[in-house]
Amino acid sequence: MTDQSHLFLHSQTAAAAGKKAKPAFQWSRLPNNLTGWLLSLPLTVVLFFFLVLPICMIVVVSFWRATEFSIYPAFQFDNYEFLLTSPVTYQVFWNTVKYALITWFFTLVIGFTVAYFLAFHVRSLTWQIVLFLLCTIPFWTSNIIRMISWIPFLGRNGIANSTLISMGVIDEPLEWLLFSDFSVILAFVHLYTLFMVVPIFNTMMRIDTSLIEAARDAGASGYQTLTNVIIPLTKPGIMIGSIFVVTLVMGDFITVRFMSGSQKANVGRLISNDIALLQYPSAAATAVILLITVLLVISVLLRFVDIRKEL
Amino acid sequence: MEKRSRSFYVLATFFALFLVFLYGPTLTIGILSFQGPGGGLTFPMRGVSIHWFHDLFEQQAVGDIWGSFFRSITLGLMVMVTTVIVSVMGGLAFRKRFAGSSVLFYLIITSLVIPSILISLGVGLIFSQAGLAVHWSTSGYGSQLTWTLPFGLLIMFAVFNRFDKSYEEAARDQGASAWQTIRYVVLPIIAPMLIGVALFGFTLSYDEFARTLLTAGSYNTLPLEIYGMTTNVTTPVIFALGTLTTLFSFGIIGIFLTVVLLINRRRSRHGSDAGKGMI
Repeated sequence: MTDQSHLFLHSQTAAAAGKKAKPAFQWSRLPNNLTGWLLSLPLTVVLFFFLVLPICMIVVVSFWRATEFSIYPAFQFDNYEFLLTSPVTYQVFWNTVKYALITWFFTLVIGFTVAYFLAFHVRSLTWQIVLFLLCTIPFWTSNIIRMISWIPFLGRNGIANSTLISMGVIDEPLEWLLFSDFSVILAFVHLYTLFMVVPIFNTMMRIDTSLIEAARDAGASGYQTLTNVIIPLTKPGIMIGSIFVVTLVMGDFITVRFMSGSQKANVGRLISNDIALLQYPSAAATAVILLITVLLVISVLLRFVDIRKEL
Repeated sequence: MEKRSRSFYVLATFFALFLVFLYGPTLTIGILSFQGPGGGLTFPMRGVSIHWFHDLFEQQAVGDIWGSFFRSITLGLMVMVTTVIVSVMGGLAFRKRFAGSSVLFYLIITSLVIPSILISLGVGLIFSQAGLAVHWSTSGYGSQLTWTLPFGLLIMFAVFNRFDKSYEEAARDQGASAWQTIRYVVLPIIAPMLIGVALFGFTLSYDEFARTLLTAGSYNTLPLEIYGMTTNVTTPVIFALGTLTTLFSFGIIGIFLTVVLLINRRRSRHGSDAGKGMI
């Protein structure tokens, strides 16, 4: 980054913060910058070597060629051409978006309801913390184990089917419970609802209760309070949760493979299959497209929320 | 206290169902891991035994479970210590704006939202093109940091946003140097949150799969080992392993929570000496 551009950024942010934009270069600001740089040096080093460089590497390799045994530098657009002209790509992309949207919807509804209950219906702080921790504990355990644990539940002779048969709801086992879109989305919701609960709960806890009281005094019903006061004030939390869920689902390659019994595909699986076949350039090209898609989605969502303000 | 409304009971039921949904599958495999020797991957239970837990301790039944377990713990501890130190430093840095801080902030967000497989692929490619061998303690370690650091940093940002600056001003007024202020005022105040960051660092690393997949090299971490098992093990031994790792995770969470409680209790016992003429 050049001095010019960072000063421009700085003046932008300063202006945004309602301060007077600083004049151009000042020596007195150097020590200030120096502490910041030194303190964030380890962070910058890690992010440079393990985030920025890998992304650059992927972009570079996406123009390379692959033979049966190796990859070698070239500059050609074949990988992209193949990718963007194949109908499979569009199908898989559509599938990825579909998973993301459906998962987002369910995690939002469940996450919002859970957070709303915790924030406004549980009265003592101790209980709030205890119940909140109960929701978060599964997050600290292995995702793979949590996926595996659905198998005895959903399988042909699993708990769900045997229960339904014994209740007389169905005559034969349902085939679509496991290794289907249904099981993939179920696993996503199971794994990621928490990413909605936490930011929404966090935002709700910071809502001034006198606003709720004011709404009630003004004669609002519970439902009106929810739609006119709580939901608008919870928007930032909803946005942060959405960013988490959408990016996690779009970038996933393991849940889809596992829960669909390798019968469904999303972009992540396209990449991991290419990797398994040592087709790194084509994997890299797909990865570049995926990254652009995810970053576009994020930049749209970030329009609605100022993350730094929300922390 | 006013009477509970009807919506409270509806929501409480919803919440209870949510907890069943969260914990049900885990409990199921917990129960199934005690299958008798003839039992399969699903109900009915054919007897109750600890046969499958025994199997775990025999080398021929499974792969290198114990080796991968100790590698995961070592790596988890490495990542935990690094995450705590780097997050605190980063948190302190971001209290003031500095040149490039916005760019760095967006990099942190990118690190959080980037599809994990890209980190795996990119780091793997860099190592292979540079002629270096990937290893869990080098490439695996760095890749996991891209996942744990953003979490640690976001917690630190939240902590410092709510931090009362008057403590530091008081320390400075008493003539404390910058380092003394950090060491004797800031760090003790944020200690419980640091436990949280440490917990994030350890458990995220211990369970991390996607970013370690292409960067761990020939020695697997535990999640990779479990993943390998899922494709070729068709006995409840995998449930036994799942039960054990879940219990281990619970144990870790328990330890961290206890430490936080102890710290808070010790503090409240000391209490405030305001108004007692103490200096």
